[in-house]
Amino acid sequence: MPLIKKDFFGLKDLSAEDIRYILGTAETMKYILSQKNKTTPHLRGKSVIILFYEASARAKLSYELAARHLSASVVDMTGSIQNREFDSLRDMGQLVDQMGADFIILRHPMAGAPQFLASTVGASVINAGDGFNENPGQSLLDLLTIKEQKGSFAGLRVAIIGDLIHSRVSKSNIWALTKLGAEVRVAGPPTLIPPAVDKFGVEVCYDAREAINNADVILTTRMHKDSQNTMVLPSLDEYKRFFRIDEALLRYAKKDAIVMHPGPIRRGIEISSGVINGPQCIINDQIANSVAVRMAMYYILTQMGGTFR
Amino acid sequence: MKTLLKNCRVVSPGFQEEALYDIYVVNGIIEEIGKNLKADAERVMDIDGNTVLPGLIDMHCNICDPGFEYLEDIETVSRSAARGGFTTITCEPNTNPAIDNKTVVEYIVSKSKNHALVNIYPYGSMSIGCKGQEMAEIGEMYEAGIVGVSDGDELTDEASFLRNVMRYVKMFDLPVITHCEDRGLSGKGVMNEGFTASYLGLAGMPREAEEVMVARNIILAENTGARLHIAHVSTKGSVQLMREAKKRGAKITGETCPHYFLLTEEAVGNYNTLAKVNPPLRTQEDVEAIQKGIADGIIDVIASGHSPSNEGDKNKVFHSAVYGISSLETAFALSYTGLVKSGLISLANLVDFMSIRPAKILKLENKGSIAKGKDADLIVVDFRQGYRIDPRHFASKAKFSLFADWEVQGRVIYTMVGGRLIM
Repeated sequence: MPLIKKDFFGLKDLSAEDIRYILGTAETMKYILSQKNKTTPHLRGKSVIILFYEASARAKLSYELAARHLSASVVDMTGSIQNREFDSLRDMGQLVDQMGADFIILRHPMAGAPQFLASTVGASVINAGDGFNENPGQSLLDLLTIKEQKGSFAGLRVAIIGDLIHSRVSKSNIWALTKLGAEVRVAGPPTLIPPAVDKFGVEVCYDAREAINNADVILTTRMHKDSQNTMVLPSLDEYKRFFRIDEALLRYAKKDAIVMHPGPIRRGIEISSGVINGPQCIINDQIANSVAVRMAMYYILTQMGGTFR
Repeated sequence: MKTLLKNCRVVSPGFQEEALYDIYVVNGIIEEIGKNLKADAERVMDIDGNTVLPGLIDMHCNICDPGFEYLEDIETVSRSAARGGFTTITCEPNTNPAIDNKTVVEYIVSKSKNHALVNIYPYGSMSIGCKGQEMAEIGEMYEAGIVGVSDGDELTDEASFLRNVMRYVKMFDLPVITHCEDRGLSGKGVMNEGFTASYLGLAGMPREAEEVMVARNIILAENTGARLHIAHVSTKGSVQLMREAKKRGAKITGETCPHYFLLTEEAVGNYNTLAKVNPPLRTQEDVEAIQKGIADGIIDVIASGHSPSNEGDKNKVFHSAVYGISSLETAFALSYTGLVKSGLISLANLVDFMSIRPAKILKLENKGSIAKGKDADLIVVDFRQGYRIDPRHFASKAKFSLFADWEVQGRVIYTMVGGRLIM
């Protein structure tokens, strides 16, 4: 059954069926991307505005490419908003909305910003990351990659390691993976684990070996700049002593376990160079899936007609 | 002016519950109370068996004047108070300029005389500019009319400073009102730390941020002998600390506000900024502990915590929206509905929490009770019919409420201040 939505805020409010439907759509998009002509007409005549209040190269590129493959016209506002205060989000939304935008891709340092923007505009808002809340696009590409590698999610043992409190993609992954029937364990320095995260349906470990034990999938996180504060963590050296994914730690996982990272990766701290270069680390597959997933997200929102004024 | 109020059901110490009384007011003072009084009055009002209570006294209110008149001013806050049954309000000193010298105190006192419908008694800031560093001229402000010293909901990080203030104000016997929050522990938090904050991806303020400061301030008060009053208690741990301190005989008092015993962090729902208050809304466990603290008399006072903000500052992304709640016009009815109707306390107890004890703490000897010779600060409440809270009709400039559309009971139908019928 198709999923009908105006906005795309996160995976927290989607059902397992919704998520499977999106992943199925992404697989179709991936097939389209493998053709000589990658362009489809689904967003012809529609406009996509990219509104990033945080720097990002990769996510922006994937949203932009995906929109272009679907024949939309794309405007990147990032340069024009660099010096603006975050408070002007409502005004910016009105501006973009009145000019007739159909989609606004928002990345914002405050949780709930997409919901706020969506309540003031007619355009579809896609959350490209809000504060420490969610990053559904990144999560969906992780899920697609896992699905390709492992076939299904039920009973899959997934370990999420590192700086979870600041990692929005980890939150999205937790919501989605637990709904899809995976068994999720998280590990990281206790100061970097979100309070009450056990109530999200995951098991919290402070020992990475315990979390990784017998795992099928190891998701790592990017250390947020706030975590490199000695009030929270003594040093990155100490962090890597306990939580870096290296060959020694990987031995606790299943032999065919895969290692993923949302990038940009901090080589030698979050994952050792040896593991990054090894066969189990599939970060390139993740990147390869990023455009197809974004195309699927756009496509799903067009099911409602694109603009809902 | 002579006024005779007839057929009043009176809830105040010394009155029978079921009897109907007449109250005779002359020149702002209660002249006589009796049954079927015959008196020479210019105005006779038939109260028709509705309930008369001593006017409520709010120990925690931001009037925003001077400096933030776009949020609220002395006139609007006093009308808002009158609507809510408060005949006397205090004001937090975090105005601009701060209430940290006698000139600002005199401004508020004189503007109140001319423009306010209710009594307004300022708190003086304990420090210059509410910055918690240099002591303000508390003695001069005392002479100008302050009824307490407060940190103005700013934080007093420096314990030695607070200790000195506590020692210093003993010469005036003023209560020391503190907002308890450890800034470092609150960090970047914008709501209670816990499941809901994590669920929404928002940074949390742990309960410890309040509790360590409650503990610290109690210890300082016990050792200096100051009359500490803890503002807006919101956690179970704070209630427990107060319980233990009172058991030891400490001279402390504390208050809470309706939102802390009626709502949990879940009210934040989908980033509802109307639920953004400081201290933040906590959990069911805390709500129950605060209710129990009220029932046991560990908490002394229920205040409104009125802290108005404008629509533009509230209608923002949760993180950047301002803290605050417009609550003068809802505090009494919510407390009645939530505490009395639910059977937790009696109406007489509620009068104690919202009028008698505030009068005692603030040493307003002629207020907080209905008796011969006392100020005729009275309210008439209709408990017979419920009503729906509609913030659009608030007298406050902040016309929104987390409690919009709540069905409550206890509508204030008349408010009399100093014998003058103002509503």
